[in-house]
Amino acid sequence: MIYSSIVFLPLIGALITGLFGKTIGARASEILTSSFVSISAILSWIVLGNVGWVDGANDEVVVILKWLTSGNLDLSWAIRIDTLTAVMLVVVNTVSAVVHFYSIGYMHHDPSRQRFFSYLSLFTFAMLMLVTSNNFMQLFFGWEGVGLASYLLIGFWHHKDSANNAAMKAFIVNRVGDFGFALGIFCIFYIFGSLDFDYVFSNVKYMTNQNIYILGYSFNSISFICVLLFIGAMGKSAQFFLHTWLPDAMEGPTPVSALIHAATMVTAGVFLVARCSPLYEMAPNVMSFIVFIGATTAIFAASVALVQNDIKRVIAYSTCSQLGYMFVALGLGAYQVGIFHLFTHAFFKALLFLGAGSVIHAMSNEQDMRNMGGLRKHIPKTYVLMLVGTLALTGFGIPGVFGMAGFYSKDAIVEAAFATNLAISSYAFTMLIIAAFMTSFYSWRLVFMTFHGAPRASEEVMSHIHESPNIMLVPLLVLVLGAILSGYLFYDSFIYHDFKEFWASSIYILKENNILKDLHYVPTIIKWTPTIMMVLGLLLAYYFYIRRPNIPSKIAGDQEVLYKFLLNKWYFDEIYDFLFVKPTVSIGRLFWKAGDENIINKYGPDGISKQVIRVTKKLVQLQSGLIYHYAFSMIIGLSIFITFYIIIGRG
Amino acid sequence: MITINHYLVLASILFVIGIFGVFLNKKNIIIILMSIELMLLSVNINFVAFSSYLNDIMGQIFSLLILTVAAAEAAIGLAILVIYFRNKGSISVDDINEMKG
Amino acid sequence: MIVVSTLFYLFSFIMIASAFMVVLSRNPVHSVLFLILCFFNSAGIFLLLGAEFLAFILVIVYVGAVAVLFLFVVMMLDVEFKSISSTVISYLPIGMTIGFILLAELILVLFTWDRDSIKIIAYATENNEQISNTEMLGMVLYTDNILFFQLAGLILLASMIGAIVLTVNHRPSAKRQNISVQVDRDPKESIENIKVKPGSGI
Repeated sequence: MIYSSIVFLPLIGALITGLFGKTIGARASEILTSSFVSISAILSWIVLGNVGWVDGANDEVVVILKWLTSGNLDLSWAIRIDTLTAVMLVVVNTVSAVVHFYSIGYMHHDPSRQRFFSYLSLFTFAMLMLVTSNNFMQLFFGWEGVGLASYLLIGFWHHKDSANNAAMKAFIVNRVGDFGFALGIFCIFYIFGSLDFDYVFSNVKYMTNQNIYILGYSFNSISFICVLLFIGAMGKSAQFFLHTWLPDAMEGPTPVSALIHAATMVTAGVFLVARCSPLYEMAPNVMSFIVFIGATTAIFAASVALVQNDIKRVIAYSTCSQLGYMFVALGLGAYQVGIFHLFTHAFFKALLFLGAGSVIHAMSNEQDMRNMGGLRKHIPKTYVLMLVGTLALTGFGIPGVFGMAGFYSKDAIVEAAFATNLAISSYAFTMLIIAAFMTSFYSWRLVFMTFHGAPRASEEVMSHIHESPNIMLVPLLVLVLGAILSGYLFYDSFIYHDFKEFWASSIYILKENNILKDLHYVPTIIKWTPTIMMVLGLLLAYYFYIRRPNIPSKIAGDQEVLYKFLLNKWYFDEIYDFLFVKPTVSIGRLFWKAGDENIINKYGPDGISKQVIRVTKKLVQLQSGLIYHYAFSMIIGLSIFITFYIIIGRG
Repeated sequence: MITINHYLVLASILFVIGIFGVFLNKKNIIIILMSIELMLLSVNINFVAFSSYLNDIMGQIFSLLILTVAAAEAAIGLAILVIYFRNKGSISVDDINEMKG
Repeated sequence: MIVVSTLFYLFSFIMIASAFMVVLSRNPVHSVLFLILCFFNSAGIFLLLGAEFLAFILVIVYVGAVAVLFLFVVMMLDVEFKSISSTVISYLPIGMTIGFILLAELILVLFTWDRDSIKIIAYATENNEQISNTEMLGMVLYTDNILFFQLAGLILLASMIGAIVLTVNHRPSAKRQNISVQVDRDPKESIENIKVKPGSGI
């Protein structure tokens, strides 16, 4: 009962608001959806407490409805509750509830906000379906559902062309990943004969030596499946090659960015890999590949974020980079660390986004940081919030004593990278260290450019600056608590002493996989390295943006090629445009103009209609209205008949 | 020696001339009516020839009836023509094309 | 024999020629006159065949009534003289072709027809010299074929009524008598006595 209400309350909210939003009014929609999602959030915490820490609480599967039975395929809608699910439930519901309340204030002036809340609740429902799924098909349903909700929400202001294009780009790039995911599901069904998690995971060990034959090449089936599933994760979580949609997705309203592109949807890929840990543990090559992709993403996104000028885009690239961290953790076999980082990251990234939303709201929708500055005195509460978020993100803390959330989770990943002996892990370790430095630099750059220094905005904008209303700030306190305390409080349970009891059977690791133990015993200098990087980044940012504010532009002028390379996101959009978009558009145009119009239409409908008209014009002349014509044709017919019969008669 | 074939050939020629006249005139409708009379006349000749050579009086009876009907039909046809002329003012064949599709 | 064949060829030749002229002549009055000539010649043919009643009936009814009717209408309708238009010329070849085909086929059928395969129905009467053709006709017409006779009468009645109904033209200004109104008049209402003073009107 409790599980069903967690999952279905947002759906009920979405349906009521979506169908009857105009009737019940905006205020009622807001209150309805926000309260439903808050109830879900509170219940999720209770569930987490129950499953994680209460002894004897077993994993449960609650079957809701039978979906379909077709041959060997037998699917039902079910809610699977284990620790991994409970953690995700907490993340999704908490951030969603905060975002709902925040949006009441942020979207106050928007005329179609019933639609907004309906979409938000719809998204929450789809994400909950995804995390509580008990078979791959329901997971795929949730996967597609969040993709749909993301499209709807990014393009929420549909009168803006850029928003529509960004929504389409998000959906299409996601589609590429989804295609890989779907192929993976097909392979799973082909190899295992079922899509149920329990069945698949318990039979993995019997299938490790099977090969799958595609186009004359043979691959190890488990590795093949894992690669395909990871491609899906790459699309959804904006990893290195399929990342192009994430910065453009900032066209949506800021609460959308906070909910979807910081805390929940982009973490669906991480969740997928963690959920399929039995599969991935049997495919070490794929795990190395995941580490490589994750590390590359981390460094790439961090480097691009160094020079971005839009406040939301900096945070978006930061998200992309942190997702790379999570995937490195997953790829190294430390699934729990990855999920832990997901857990803490949700809090402080959402906090950062919503704080940025507060700044944008105060600056009358100005998003360019070059037009901000000196806001510290005008919006002090937002300043404190952003400060907390930045400290959490950069991993501020003293090893062994206390740290903010990011300190525990991010540094654990770095330690895990050091502790592994794979070849790829040294690459990962180097990349992650550099990325940590860059993360600190750009996060503090954001804070300094926005809140410190002389105001660069116009007089008119500065006169309108006001602190956000309480409805927007109070929910952020929840996130602040999470950002500060979630690392410290949950460190033991997630990845230290109690992790076996906490995770129970929800994440599977091989017996040889001792990474969770090893990462705590790295040399002390390694434990201090992320903190040193963080301090270096802070100092450099301070020097560049407070002491000598003219240095950044001078460096940008000197290193113009490098600057442009980073500013244009390593020219990925241009490369993809050249490689994929232009050929596809020209092929489509070719099919349309030459194929469709010229060939099919000419010989099909248009051709037939023209012929019909031509023939009828000729035929109409037969009916002249002159009787002697008719009599003449009668006589001709008669002659033909007689001739015919004479000839037949002779034969 | 005049056999029945002579009469039949004569009747056929007359019939064909009648048909000829129906669609080959562009002058007026009256020619069509007269061509119909020619066709009926040829049929009459046919009947009477057969009646004579087969010693069957029914041929002549039938020919009498055909005569009656031809007269009636000519009367009605001309009456219609007169009314048509009264309404349209022309009986040229080319002008009577109100059934044009 | 020679007389019969000469007469036959004479009558038939003139008949065919006049039939052609009916169709092809320019003046419609000429067409009607040629039609009358055709009828006369066919009456001659009938006489050659021994059906003298029919021959006379042809002249009296066909020529005397129907052809004269044609003549009346032609004269009344004031038809124009039209020369053979170009469209006739364009239709001529195909018309001639169709005509020749039809004629050829009819004649072909004639000469390949097996005459003896036709059953001769009863009513074959002797070609008796005692009874005249008229009497022979009468013997059959009013007895066994009375139905046809009556039907023919009805057809004539219908055509007569039809012709009158079609062409009647009620002019409102023509004075007509309505007998029933006249007979219904009440003497009390029809006359009115009015005292008139001398010098003043009514």
